Amino acid sequence: MPAHEKENIYKEQSYPQQGKDFSEPSRFSLSFFITFFVCLITWLVFSGKFDLFHISLGIISSAIVGFVSGDLLLSFPKTAKTSHQLFRLIKYLPWLSYQILLASIHVMYLVYHPKMMDLIDPAIIRFDSRLKSELAHYVFANSITLTPGTITIHVSIYGNYAVHAIDKPSAESLPGEMEERIAKIFGD
Amino acid sequence: MNITVSILLFGGLFFFTGGCIGILRFPDFYSRLHPAGKLDTMGLFLSMTALALYSLGGFSIGEILNGIKIMMIVAFVFITSPTATHAIVDAGVRAGFEPWKKHK
Repeated sequence: MPAHEKENIYKEQSYPQQGKDFSEPSRFSLSFFITFFVCLITWLVFSGKFDLFHISLGIISSAIVGFVSGDLLLSFPKTAKTSHQLFRLIKYLPWLSYQILLASIHVMYLVYHPKMMDLIDPAIIRFDSRLKSELAHYVFANSITLTPGTITIHVSIYGNYAVHAIDKPSAESLPGEMEERIAKIFGD
Repeated sequence: MNITVSILLFGGLFFFTGGCIGILRFPDFYSRLHPAGKLDTMGLFLSMTALALYSLGGFSIGEILNGIKIMMIVAFVFITSPTATHAIVDAGVRAGFEPWKKHK
């Protein structure tokens, strides 16, 4: 195979989200401070000691962690958009918890039902999602798995989902309202 | 306070029991993972909330920190549990297990 054909194949198989800005951010950017404060709060909660020695140890180690790996936690430059997304993601969590509670009770009903074998109807369902960003797919796939009655088996990078559902009502609830809410969060 | 804690603890145990019975009763590999992976998460959430409330006796800083630490356990299980369940299902698909179906 000639060299330029190989290159073409590689281009076709690569991930669809090209054109990201991978330029090196400055070390003491906003992501450094966010990482620093997240680490420091975690340190304070887990140490539980508020004397000068322990707090200064925490400040030093959080600064080191923020300096070395500050670009891991927030690797993207669009901070304003990201903070909006984070805010809407936090607003999404109570609804998700409520769905988890409802669906847990549904699975409990199935488990304790004497004629359980007649009620369940396991099936693998496939559907395409219109979500675009990787993070949206991540949140959606994990939400599906957290909601009892459905487990994500496979997600392709183009948004093809394969989901194992335990019975008819669980299968019919997909993609449905959950996808709409996640699409609203990430603006897809 | 004690009543709330007891109700939450018993609710959590109820979900754990449901998870165990579900593992025994469901017909195949894939459907057994439904109660195993997620009723456990719900049971852990309820019982850990009960423990956090129970340790929150006098609202001193140490007790509040204890409560936050216990709730951190729940947060981490909420992240890892779906990932682990998905990994097991994926391993089953790769190994070639056929899902059980009611209508053959």
